[in-house]
Amino acid sequence: MGKTKDSGVEERPKWDNKVQYLLTCIGFAVGLGNVWRFPYLCQIYGGGAFLIPYLIALVFAGLPLLYLELAIGQRLRMGSIGVWTSISPLLGGVGIASMLVSFLVGIFYNTILAWVLWYFFHSFQNPLPWSQCPLNDNLTGYNVECVKSTPSNYFWYRETLNVTPDIETSGSLHWWLVICLASAWFVVYVCFIKGIASIGKAVYVTATFPYLVLTVFLIRGLTLPGATDGLLYLFTPDWEILKNPQVWLDAFTQIFFSLSLAFGGLIAFSSYNPERNNCERDAILVGVINSATSIYASISIFSILGFKATTAFNSCVKENILALTNHFEFSDQNITADKYDHWVEYLNRTSPGELASVDLRHCDLQTFLDQSASGTGLAFIVFTEAVVEMPGSQIWAILFFVMLFTLGLSSMFGTIEGILRPIKDLKLMPEWMPNELRTAVICSIAFLTALIFTMGSGNYWVEVFNSYAGSVPLLIIAFFEIIGVIYGRGMKTFSEDIYFMTGKRPNIFWKACWMVISPVMLLVVLVAYVGIQAQTHPSYHAWNPAYELFPKTEMKPYPDWVFAIIVLLCVLPLISIPLVALYQLVRSRIKRSSALVVLNPYCNDGFEVEPQEQKNQRA
Amino acid sequence: MLGQIFVLLCLSSAWAQQLCMPEASDGYKVRLSINTALGDQAYVWNENEMFLFRATLAFAMRSYSGGQDYNVSNIVVCAETPRVSFWFVVTAPLNSSRLIDRSDVEEAVRKSRNRINSAFLLTDRSLEFIGIPPILTAPVTPDTPQWLIVFGVVMGAVGAGIVVLLVTSVVEKKRKKNKKSGDEDIEEEPREKTEGNGFARDGVYNMSFSDDDPVTQM
Repeated sequence: MGKTKDSGVEERPKWDNKVQYLLTCIGFAVGLGNVWRFPYLCQIYGGGAFLIPYLIALVFAGLPLLYLELAIGQRLRMGSIGVWTSISPLLGGVGIASMLVSFLVGIFYNTILAWVLWYFFHSFQNPLPWSQCPLNDNLTGYNVECVKSTPSNYFWYRETLNVTPDIETSGSLHWWLVICLASAWFVVYVCFIKGIASIGKAVYVTATFPYLVLTVFLIRGLTLPGATDGLLYLFTPDWEILKNPQVWLDAFTQIFFSLSLAFGGLIAFSSYNPERNNCERDAILVGVINSATSIYASISIFSILGFKATTAFNSCVKENILALTNHFEFSDQNITADKYDHWVEYLNRTSPGELASVDLRHCDLQTFLDQSASGTGLAFIVFTEAVVEMPGSQIWAILFFVMLFTLGLSSMFGTIEGILRPIKDLKLMPEWMPNELRTAVICSIAFLTALIFTMGSGNYWVEVFNSYAGSVPLLIIAFFEIIGVIYGRGMKTFSEDIYFMTGKRPNIFWKACWMVISPVMLLVVLVAYVGIQAQTHPSYHAWNPAYELFPKTEMKPYPDWVFAIIVLLCVLPLISIPLVALYQLVRSRIKRSSALVVLNPYCNDGFEVEPQEQKNQRA
Repeated sequence: MLGQIFVLLCLSSAWAQQLCMPEASDGYKVRLSINTALGDQAYVWNENEMFLFRATLAFAMRSYSGGQDYNVSNIVVCAETPRVSFWFVVTAPLNSSRLIDRSDVEEAVRKSRNRINSAFLLTDRSLEFIGIPPILTAPVTPDTPQWLIVFGVVMGAVGAGIVVLLVTSVVEKKRKKNKKSGDEDIEEEPREKTEGNGFARDGVYNMSFSDDDPVTQM
């Protein structure tokens, strides 16, 4: 597949079949965020009520932008650089911006996959290493840092990351993270060796396996005690929350980033399609499946988290019972968990003074359910704790981390394609290099750059990249994309394109969204997002064992040099848009002026050279 | 005579009771959680079990002290509660008014902790000596960390995959190149043939010797 004949010019790769293309797009869209960001948002924004802004954002902003990218890639049959340059040379910078953002996102995203690999390698141990505290140096007790926090916190912050107390202390490169990072990049490389030929085969596994595991977890989770509590908590709607504009902002950004728009990967993938392919149906399919996966994943995750909260609540009650039994010298097992409240009442009546001297923890199921977490905290701390409580924890841990790895890997495919395709189009690498070598060079460069994330302060840097490199630039790029296509290429031409590809013109809904609704929504969200970010000095959560409120994380403001880097991360990809536009303007002006000033020695004033003809010739 | 012995025994037991009391400086509190540990198989705590406890503790003192004759009577128990918890002190074998030091008792218990636990089918957590921390079992760390083994397996598979794919693509390219040059050879030959014929055909046809009219017309 792929190259039909080995002529001098490389033939454009093609998908083997439609299924590969759809699975690749779905795999690109469905990523780690569906599993660990959406359930968190659902939880903090009033459960079922959050689905309303989420679905509105999907229908009015997500789907139109997705359809636009797939259509323009399929019609112009070029990667992101080619597409924007052919719409207008002034827009060439948009493609370069996409490529740079893909690179910045790709390096930190694969670091997260390296962490997932580390946990996967450790899931084969019995007992799981994050289930118990190690002993301290003189073997008299357990490690202090571990005892103060929890074993899974300790394993994540100390044994995996060996994190420094703040972002300024860099620490040294951690060899174990370096080799995990190397393996992650090797896996990406082996899938990308033959371009979309090998990816097309790999996605059969990487795009479908997560669904299998989510189903298994769902079935297992629903049979665990406390699952229904978790689900009720997740989906109980709190309608008041809809008045909060932050909710709408987060819903929109979640849809936008979840669909992996503006990376250039989707444009590249759809450019390998046959010319006449119903991209409208593809866009709707990918968008709907992405959101459905988010909801499905949150059901699985929350049934497990409900179980975890119930287990924590039960052990809290058991601790209290033990304290009471020991203090009052009752026969053990006299106080059972269900009679606990009666006993407390009884003791309060008979001997309140004694009761007050017993150190009882306040056990409330709601408090345990409220312990929300998103991102790496959810996967590596909260969920691993839950897995330890489940019987057969190794299997569940292995399944969970393989699922995370395949989810992230299929998203990496799109990100890497968003880097490789523009590099091929811009001919940044010599022609004699075979594709395999080019991919190897890019992967190596990315690996070496990502070594910053394997240092002691690596986790903080990943947060920086996650929050700033993968947010504002994408919104701006998407804005330029939609303006470029609708107003640069023109709604009429674009409708003709779609008629050519799908056999019918876009209906009034799509037109209204593209021309008005989506750009306005994008602009509003961009301004609101930047406004909210600018209000507070950006700060981060630091894991500092010397902090007085340890094990709570310490909120520290970013130092000035880090702030400068943040600004650089936002600006660097975007700077190419005005730079390229300026360059093209200057170039065309030089051409125009040189056309008039050409001094032809044979030019006799009697025979005036027709400038119009010259212009036609040059064009 | 009998009366005197009786009085002495009473006095000694009373004296022993004096030695043992809650918060005694040389005593330890013991707490058992039989129901929690054994559930349905739990046994009832009675005098016999208490006797067993005193006997095992005497055994522990004997093995620690290297054969000194500790007896059941040297272990004095008091303040029993329904929990089941009680205090005990250990008296010296020869002088029943002298108490054995706290640290010695602790060492003795530590040494034979496993035997004491198994006598009662309990563990460090369900048979607690308040003040004697359980021996912490360090988690077993094999010489090669297990994760490196899994890492080696995965990386080996990935590396093999890379090598196989690269080799097959290089072989394919070579095969294509050979096929292409082979195709060109085959194509060139007929071209020569046609060219050979073509030379004859390319010659100028001289119309003056054309036989267009074999029969002259009348």
